[in-house]
Amino acid sequence: MRETTITTSRPEPRSLLRFAAPQMFYPLAGRLAPWFATVALVLTLAGLWLAFFVAPTDAQQGEVYRVIFIHVPAAWMSMFIYLVMAFWSAVGLVMNTRLSFLMSRALAPTGAMFCFVALWTGALWGKPTWGAYWVWDARLTSQLLLLFLYLGFMALTTAIEDPRRSDRAGAIIALVGAVNVPIIYFSVKWWNTLHQGASVSLTEAPSMAATMLAGMLVMALAAWAYSIAVALWRVRALILERERHTEWVGAELTAQEGKL
Amino acid sequence: MSALPSPFAAVLRRDLLLAWRGRADVLVTLAFFVVVVCLFPFGVGAEPNLLRAIAPGVLWVAALLATLLSLHRLFAQDHADGTLEQLLLTPEPTVLWVTAKVAAHWIATGLPLVLVAPGLALLFDVEQGALPILTLSLALGTPILALLGAVGAALTLGLRGGGMLLALLVLPLFVPVLIFGAGAVDAYLSGSGADAHLLLLGGGLLGALALAPFACAAALRIALE
Repeated sequence: MRETTITTSRPEPRSLLRFAAPQMFYPLAGRLAPWFATVALVLTLAGLWLAFFVAPTDAQQGEVYRVIFIHVPAAWMSMFIYLVMAFWSAVGLVMNTRLSFLMSRALAPTGAMFCFVALWTGALWGKPTWGAYWVWDARLTSQLLLLFLYLGFMALTTAIEDPRRSDRAGAIIALVGAVNVPIIYFSVKWWNTLHQGASVSLTEAPSMAATMLAGMLVMALAAWAYSIAVALWRVRALILERERHTEWVGAELTAQEGKL
Repeated sequence: MSALPSPFAAVLRRDLLLAWRGRADVLVTLAFFVVVVCLFPFGVGAEPNLLRAIAPGVLWVAALLATLLSLHRLFAQDHADGTLEQLLLTPEPTVLWVTAKVAAHWIATGLPLVLVAPGLALLFDVEQGALPILTLSLALGTPILALLGAVGAALTLGLRGGGMLLALLVLPLFVPVLIFGAGAVDAYLSGSGADAHLLLLGGGLLGALALAPFACAAALRIALE
């Protein structure tokens, strides 16, 4: 089981197979997480500075457009994290590696959080721009359904007490959801265009100013770094919980208590 | 090894026989469907134009909820008395008898809804020409709901609060079926023709038939290992 290649998509260059073992990954995650957190903090500050002080006021929407600096990265991240979750679930089911399931579980709350942030900021932007907090636009609706998929995944994995069954059941529902996400998106899109005609689209953005785009990209990178940092910390907690019967966890906890 | 159709036919016959012996359960699902549909006019008012406009959506949402409520029965009984484990131990392909069970479940709970729906549509004064479209859309769509729901039912087998969890898991997945199902009737009424919707529903049914039993079989094996 050790020789499986699962760490291909991790960002660190030393993606060696031995880190598939929770015991090996735990200290690595602990060392990497603060770096990603620092990068996230720096990029967030830079991005917000660009967003609020450098980027010009939008000609049509005024100041309200500045919500995109949070909204767009959050929406991207929420969709991307679901794909990563499905990826780790597939890896876990095929390769039978425990750490992969833990990764997908560690990612879910962050994805759901970004999903919620995207919906919330979208509503705040929609009120002054469209005159309503909620419009049954295709993107909004599929984002809402994505949030439900996240909640379903988290509810299922917490409802099952047996860790092995919980991991695998979660992986199956993540994969079923991933197959359905494009179907949901296109069906909702079609439904919306059939019902409402051309409603206000989020895709207007006519030739965005370079600083706006830069601010958005910096914020997106910050969201990436944040997600990685938080997922690594969460996976550490999950590893400790899952491996609490082993000796190395006992030693680790004693060492941590000694430090306090 | 026996001939291929026999385990399928055997499970199908057994489940249908069980459903027939427990007719009351099946009738409760049907009664639920009728009652939910009849509640809407009380809620939104009995204005005929409004009722005519919401009829396809109401019938479809009610059919979806009725399917959802009956889903937990799909495996629960066999799980409780150990039949499910015995079935998993047989050398027959799991996918085959899972499909048979879902088919029997749909015949027992989904088919009655399909047959009753046109009668209920008349309560909403739906144009008579749209009734065949409604029936056809339900006949194509409710099996998809049963197949997708079977995956959720297998995943939540034997869990505390499994019913609510099942709803949370499968309802987002039901959305496309709802859109195309109710949309078929709307499209017919608006004069653009329901062919596209019905073809998509048919394609969805074939896709679900091809994929869902595998996911369901994997989920059952996980639930019972």
